[in-house]
Amino acid sequence: MTAITGNVVERAEASAIMKIARKELKGTVSSRWFWMWVVAFVGLAAVLVMVALPSSSIDGQAGFGRTAASLVTLVQIIIPLMGLALGAMSIAGQRESGALRFLMSHPVSRTEAFWGIYVGHVAALGIAAGAGFGVAGLVTALRGVSGGAAPFVWIALTSWFLAVAMLGLGMLISTYAAKSASALGIAVFVWLVLVFLGDLGLMGTAAATNMPVSALFVSALLNPVEAFRLTAMTALSGSLDALGPAGIYAADTLGDSLGVALFGVLALWLVVPVVFAWRRFNGKADL
Amino acid sequence: MINVKNLTKRYGTSVVVDDFAMEVASGDSVALWGPNGAGKTTVIRCLLGLVSYDGEIAVDGLDARTHGKAVRSLIGYVPQELSFYDDMRVVDLLDYSASLRGIGQKRVDEVAEQLGLDEHQNKLVRELSGGLKQRLGLATALVPDPPVLLLDEPTSNLDATARDAAIRVLEGLRHEGRTLLVTSHHIEEVGMLVDRVIAMEAGKTVTECAPYDLAEELGLRAWLHLITDIGQAEKATLVLTGAGFNARQNSKGVLVEVSAQQKGKAVAVLQGAGIDVEDLEVWR
Repeated sequence: MTAITGNVVERAEASAIMKIARKELKGTVSSRWFWMWVVAFVGLAAVLVMVALPSSSIDGQAGFGRTAASLVTLVQIIIPLMGLALGAMSIAGQRESGALRFLMSHPVSRTEAFWGIYVGHVAALGIAAGAGFGVAGLVTALRGVSGGAAPFVWIALTSWFLAVAMLGLGMLISTYAAKSASALGIAVFVWLVLVFLGDLGLMGTAAATNMPVSALFVSALLNPVEAFRLTAMTALSGSLDALGPAGIYAADTLGDSLGVALFGVLALWLVVPVVFAWRRFNGKADL
Repeated sequence: MINVKNLTKRYGTSVVVDDFAMEVASGDSVALWGPNGAGKTTVIRCLLGLVSYDGEIAVDGLDARTHGKAVRSLIGYVPQELSFYDDMRVVDLLDYSASLRGIGQKRVDEVAEQLGLDEHQNKLVRELSGGLKQRLGLATALVPDPPVLLLDEPTSNLDATARDAAIRVLEGLRHEGRTLLVTSHHIEEVGMLVDRVIAMEAGKTVTECAPYDLAEELGLRAWLHLITDIGQAEKATLVLTGAGFNARQNSKGVLVEVSAQQKGKAVAVLQGAGIDVEDLEVWR
């Protein structure tokens, strides 16, 4: 991989990225706030699963599928905030503390530093998501429930992807913010917009403007949290009928490729913000 | 070894380094001296490629702008403080820094032992005293055995004892033949650390000279507190005033303003007048 720093091209080495990633992972998982997130996520996941399992059905799901369905709303709220906050603090926080300058005083390129920080945080988010879904899966298995493991694993994976997409968005914010406090403030605002205002705003706009179902569906996809929710619903029930006309429109238009299309949108969210953040970090004049 | 030409750095409309130039030959030890905000640290950051700049910087013939990694592989950098890695163990920080330079454990152990950090290796960075943190910073810089060392205010956060210890270590490095570039605003310590001083103010070079000549070049003056028998203090003040010094009496003797290079002259004047100077202190 080559990186453009101003007008300069320097070759990046995977080994340097991995060294930085290991240090970032170690630093993140040894921090108190990270474990506060994990404990909150794991605790809420365990409670939700214990509450959900005895009930007769959730959206017609059974076994692990029911467990996964009960976790989707929790993931929609907690995981984006975790990814956004981690990303927002990454570059701005290290720049503010001087850690970034110390790192960049070594023979590493900006590309290596950026992707090292990113990969380390991706792994940390994997641990957080893995812990939440792992405990939920364990509780489910201990209750003697079986079946529906595939959607459960798929939703666990897409939850991690959502976290990583939000990490990229957070890092993009971080590369623009002068201070870590500003980055965190913007990240929380973005989280509110994506998780709450996005959903309610879309519904309100659709009702007020008689928005066509096609536009409603496309607008929903513009929100990565919605893209995750739609991906999860498709994995659980094979359709988006629960969304009403917009879901039926999506199923009619995309047919069997609905799941692939939804995952494609999530994948775009995975890639685009972080690539913009990398370009911004490389082009930034001063660290 | 280090060549800087027409270096200018702006933050917005503020010019922090203004058409600065410097040449540092291999094995030279040079201080960038000046008050806070003079642009010393910014010059270091430009050398490391941490900030954009106008002008030219070359280290060992390599353009710092186009060969940033290669330039940084020649440089060991000691930051002012290492507070940002407070939660890391000393050994982990040293290993991390060494691994980024592709250096093995043996060399890390050697440097840790050389700087007396071996017994502190399992401590967290935050548990170290200011002096030990400074040594840790130095250790991370020395592990790759670099030909160039950049030291940003190496004694700024240290107490007197730790400062003396740091100066002894740095004196040792100076005699190893490394190229040293040190920033400092302590005039008295640059003489111990370097052969040449570049005095900066508002991003420009004010003067370039040997450390001993710096105070004279800049016209810096000092106040001497001469402790005399209290009964002779009034006479001492009159003698010094009569000899052209700006002097005034205080409760323990006389305060006299002298040029930085001629502190002994005031003492000699008093001794010539038969007044014993029991002790003296230099006040800047």
